[in-house]
This record gives sequence, structure tokens and C-alpha cells, in this order.
Amino acid sequence: MIEFLMPSLGADMEAGTLVEWRKKPGDSVKRGDIIAEVETQKGLIEIEVFDEGIIEELLIKEGTKIPVGTLMALINPPESIEKTKKISAPKKTTITIQPTEEKIIEKGTGEKFEEKLFKVSPLAKRIATENKIDLSQIQGSGEDGAITKEDVENAIVQQNKVAKIPKETIESIKEKSTSQIESIRSAVAAAMSKSNREIPHYYLEKRIDITKTLAWLRATNHQRPIHKRLLPAALLIKAVAQSLVNFPDLNAIWENGIQIKKEINIGFVVSLRGGGIIVPTIHTANLKNIDEIMEVLNDIIPRARAMKLRSSDLSDSTITITSLGEGGADAVFGVIYPPQVAIIGFGGSSQQPFVENGMLGIRTVFTATLTGDHRATDGLTGSDFLSALNKHLQNPELL
Amino acid sequence: MESSNGKITITYREAVKQGLREALQNDENVFLMGEDVGRYGGAFAVSKGLLQEFGEERIMDVPLSESGFVGAGIGLALAGLKPIVELMTVNFSLLAMDQIVNNAATLSHMSGGQLNVPVVIRMSCGIGKQLAAQHSHSWEPFYAHIPGLIVLSVGTHEDARGMLLTALKSPDPVIIFEYTAMLNLEKEIAVDAGAVDISKAKVLKKGKDISIITYGSGVYKSLEAASELASVGIDAEVIDLRVLRPLDEETFLASVTKTHRAIIVEEAWRSVSISSEISSRIMEKAFYDLDAPVQRLCGIEVPIPYPLHLEDAAIPQKNDIVNAVKKMIRHD
Repeated sequence: MIEFLMPSLGADMEAGTLVEWRKKPGDSVKRGDIIAEVETQKGLIEIEVFDEGIIEELLIKEGTKIPVGTLMALINPPESIEKTKKISAPKKTTITIQPTEEKIIEKGTGEKFEEKLFKVSPLAKRIATENKIDLSQIQGSGEDGAITKEDVENAIVQQNKVAKIPKETIESIKEKSTSQIESIRSAVAAAMSKSNREIPHYYLEKRIDITKTLAWLRATNHQRPIHKRLLPAALLIKAVAQSLVNFPDLNAIWENGIQIKKEINIGFVVSLRGGGIIVPTIHTANLKNIDEIMEVLNDIIPRARAMKLRSSDLSDSTITITSLGEGGADAVFGVIYPPQVAIIGFGGSSQQPFVENGMLGIRTVFTATLTGDHRATDGLTGSDFLSALNKHLQNPELL
Repeated sequence: MESSNGKITITYREAVKQGLREALQNDENVFLMGEDVGRYGGAFAVSKGLLQEFGEERIMDVPLSESGFVGAGIGLALAGLKPIVELMTVNFSLLAMDQIVNNAATLSHMSGGQLNVPVVIRMSCGIGKQLAAQHSHSWEPFYAHIPGLIVLSVGTHEDARGMLLTALKSPDPVIIFEYTAMLNLEKEIAVDAGAVDISKAKVLKKGKDISIITYGSGVYKSLEAASELASVGIDAEVIDLRVLRPLDEETFLASVTKTHRAIIVEEAWRSVSISSEISSRIMEKAFYDLDAPVQRLCGIEVPIPYPLHLEDAAIPQKNDIVNAVKKMIRHD
């Protein structure tokens, strides 16, 4: 049996409130399916499942606040389902299947259908409609999990009970959503305080001439349809990811010592319109090409702003990039997001006098910074990294 | 064997014979014709002694020509007599199909209602006597398919005793199926049992959890199954269809509307059977009252085997009914 635990959506998360189960016992799930919605300080997050199998049991009631790591559900892995099927099959066939000349059509096991269809008897459906019962919330007790009259009648009884319970629990969840901004504020506060308290930061900055980089971007975009055009951010993320390959010490976490991470998962700071930040993850960014990174950004940024991120969108980042964009401050020295050991900052670009090979010219320049955890790395590592980053940005066509 | 409560224990064979005798006594125009019905006393001894009691004109042995004597019976009925034609078994009725389908069933229509064919054709049928594939047919679905016929299935001793009497009053041809396997079965019936209704199905046992709908030799098996189910807390309703054409859907629809579940039990092969028809009508007219898919227990679609254990396995037995119902209700 696979145990499904309340996931940690960042080191700063201690607990979450289960708002809604999206699956019910008997449903089959596969990697990436949304199993539940959980209210966290970062808003309402859709929680994904990373195993395949059939939901055996849901252990936590909706509306309950539980700590990270709490057992939430049991999932029956496919192998054990196979086994039980095999054992019970002969018994079943002797009772139910009448050999006839008809071809016995196997009951559809097509997963595609199971995802959305659930069986309801006509009578149960009628009663549910008459009583305004949401069938998707009912666990069927009939054959193959079909919802029967009895199930609906039980649901009606339950509904009447719930109606009598003071609405405090539900209300409190609602209140939380409305004060999401405040809750994000306090999440940021908690994480950053911890960071400043525990991490000995060092700060490096490097001015980088991005004239060539931007020229390449303009030229590339010129040849693309509008929806395929690239943002500078995609290029920066790719350049950072590519540079990190040679600096594994920066792509790491600090938990009782440095733990180097194989995957380069880049957290990208998104500012929310109402204030606060949220940091979705671009997974394995070094293995993605710029187009793929752009696709991820196109998907993830609007969802982040709409507070519609999934659990996987928020987990496993190994380093963070914060980019101020155009017209802002010239440089940003980030505060490391624990337990990561580095954060990279990009200031706004501007035209500046720039000397190269003894010649003075006007170039578009911005300041890249690196804030490092001095427990994990020393300034030299960070410095070499920024140089490598510079090199990559000078050769965007190779990214 | 008469008991004090106004009931008598009697075999199915004896019940049929008493019905025959009463019919012959009631009306001089009624007579029995068929293979070996007279001197031999009937292939299954149903008419034993009747030749001596009623004479050769009323108990008539006929040549071995099903098409010929069924045709003669139809002609005699057209001429105003009340023939009871006995086809030794349903298996041989295939030889008389043309007479039954093209003459008995259609003449009222072909004559614009001027001619009625008040013939009653009895045939023994069913499975369970090790008579092998050619002599173990269940042709109820064939006959129930034909407009113009009234088709009765004798599933109980009361009906064995009384259906013939009512059938003889019908202006239209009536086919009566009697079940060989039940001939020696003893049951209690009322001492004064007589004519019975032949237009309605009958709820033989009331119940609230599921409707077991059956006919013929499925009836007693279903009743036994219902008793066993009662002991595990399942309250099954048992309906004997009795009339296979025209079907009394009112009775079984009312039952399904109450119990919300139905299983149909019959010996005939599953495809294009009586159960197919019942199931369709439930779906058409009681869909929104169903809490589970309609299930069917039917004869397995093979030529009926000769060996006893295979013959038993080829048709639904009491245990099959019990298990199927349990599965529908408790999913075990």
C-alpha cells in the first residue's frame, strides 16, 4: 500500500488545510493527477499524486488542518490490484458469468473513461437530482463502485447533518482565501526571517553587457509568430541553468551539511499584483531548451498570479532567480530561500558607457548578483559562477 | 391425499389430468386428440384412464403426423368444436409450426374477424429428464413471438389444474406449455381448485429487495431460492409470468418499481428470449426506478447435454439464483 502524505510545498510550510478531495476511494490515479486541494499560506494549491494505483481510503476529512507529512490517503498500487483480481477472479466467474454464444465484452478498464465517469444507478441519479445531491462526492457501494439509492439516501442524511453543523469551519477556510495576501505575507516573513537568522550570506555582483544577448533575442523573435516569441526571462533562466552545470555546489540545499542536487530546478520569483511573491519551479531547466522554458513560463506565471498552482509547481526548487525587470532598481541582492544555498538576482537593464578592448561604447548593461550561503560555498565559487553566466549570455545562440 | 385444511397433496401430472377430466365433463364439444393419448394413456400417462371414461370419440389417438393432426384440430375448431390437441413434446411441435403460425394464429385476421380458431394446443416441454439435445427444447420464446396466439406456461400445480379450463373459453388459439420434469412433483392445492385467470402474471411471494421474474420450471426453483435468501435477510419477490403472450407487464413493472432490482430466470437460451423481452420492457418503462442493472439467468447457449451433471449445469438451478441475487444486492 502506498501512503500519500501531506506534501511540503516549501521549507516554510508547516501545515495545510485540506479543502477538497478531488478523488474518491476506488478511483484510479496516475502520476500527475490532482488528488486534493489544500489551502496553504501560499494560497489554494492543487496537490498532485506521484504514484499509480487505486485510491483505497481517504483518511482526512475535508476542512481539517494537518501538519506536513501527515498520512492523508492510502493508494493501492497496480501490482497488488492485479493480485487481488487474480485471486478473486475464478470465484466470481463461476457465479456471475453465464457462458453463452455471445462474446462477453470485457468491462471497460479504459483509464481514460474512469477518470471522469462514475457509475450511478438511474434511480440513485433521480433521487440525487431531486435532492440536489452532488454525486461526485458520493462513494458508491454498488457493483464496480456504482452509486445506488442507498448511497444517495445516506448522503442526504449526511447533508442534513452538515447543514446543522455551525458553518465556522467552512467560513474559516473562506476567510483565509480572502486574506490570502496576508497569509502569503506571513509565509514570506517566516521564510526570510529564518534565512536571515540562520544563513551567513555573502553578496557578489557583476555588470554584464547584454547588448549582444538582446540583439540575438530581437533577431530570433523577429522570425517567430507572436505566440512563439521569447521573453528575456526565458533566456536568463536557461543561462543560469546552463552555468550551474559546472557549479554543483550552488545547486544544493543545506540540511546538516551541503546536499548537492542532481536536478537543476529553478525557482522563479513571481510578484503578485496584490503584493507578496510566489516562487513556482521550472524543473530540470538545464535539460529544457529555451522554447520549452518559455512554454513553462507561459503556463506557470498566469497560474501563479491567479493562485492556481499545483503542488509540483511549488516543490523541489534547488536555486532561485529573482529578476526585477525593466525600469526598476539596478541591482537586487536576494535573501536565500532556505534550505537552498544561493539566489541569483537580475537588476533592470540600462544603457551605459561601457569599456571593452580599450574602446568606450554605449551598451545595454545590467547587474547580475549572486547571494550565497557561506556555509556551503565561498565567494570564489560565486564569482566563477557569475563569470560563467556572463560567458553564456554573450553566446545566446549556443544556449 | 386430502388433508383437513381443505387442501390436497397432488402431483403435477394428476393436476393436469384432473383439469382435463373436468374440461371433458363440462362440455361435450371438448375432446382430446394426440399421439398415444388413448390406448397408451399418454406418453407421460397424463391421460391414463380417460379413454375408458370418455370413449374413443372424445379421446382420439392420431397418426404420427404433427402437421396433419394439428391442422385437423384447427379445422375442427373452425367448425365449432373445442379440440385439445396434445403435442407429445414441444420438440415435435416444430413439425406443426406452419399450421400454428400460418393458420391458427392468422385466420382471425385473414378472415377479417369472421373466423375464430378456439383450439388449445398442449405440449410438454422443458429440460431435466436426460432426453438429450434434440428432445430438450425450450421453445416458449418462439411461440411467445407470434401475434395471434395466447401462450401459457404452467409453472405451478394450481395452473396445471386450472389453466386448461380457462383456455378452452378463449375464442383464439392457446398454446399451453407443461413441464415434464415437474410431472411427479407433489404440492398442496385447494381441494376445490379449478379454473384460473389466464391474463395476469402472479406475485407468488411478496418481497421488497428484488424481483425474481420467472416462468415454467423456474417458478419453484425461484421460490426455494427466495426462502433461502430470506434466511440471510434478503426479501425477494417472486413473480410467475404465467402468460408469455400477451405479457402482463403491469405486474412485473409494479414489482420492479417497488424493489428497484430485477433478475429474470428461465431455462430457454439467453439470446432473444423471454428474459430479453422482460428486460427491455423494464428498461423502457421503469428505467428511472432501477437501482442496478437488470440481470438474467438463462439456459446456457449450447445444445442441451445428455449427462445429468452437464444437463443440470446447462440451466439455472436454485443455487445459481441465490448466488446471483446475493451478488446483486451485497456484491459478494
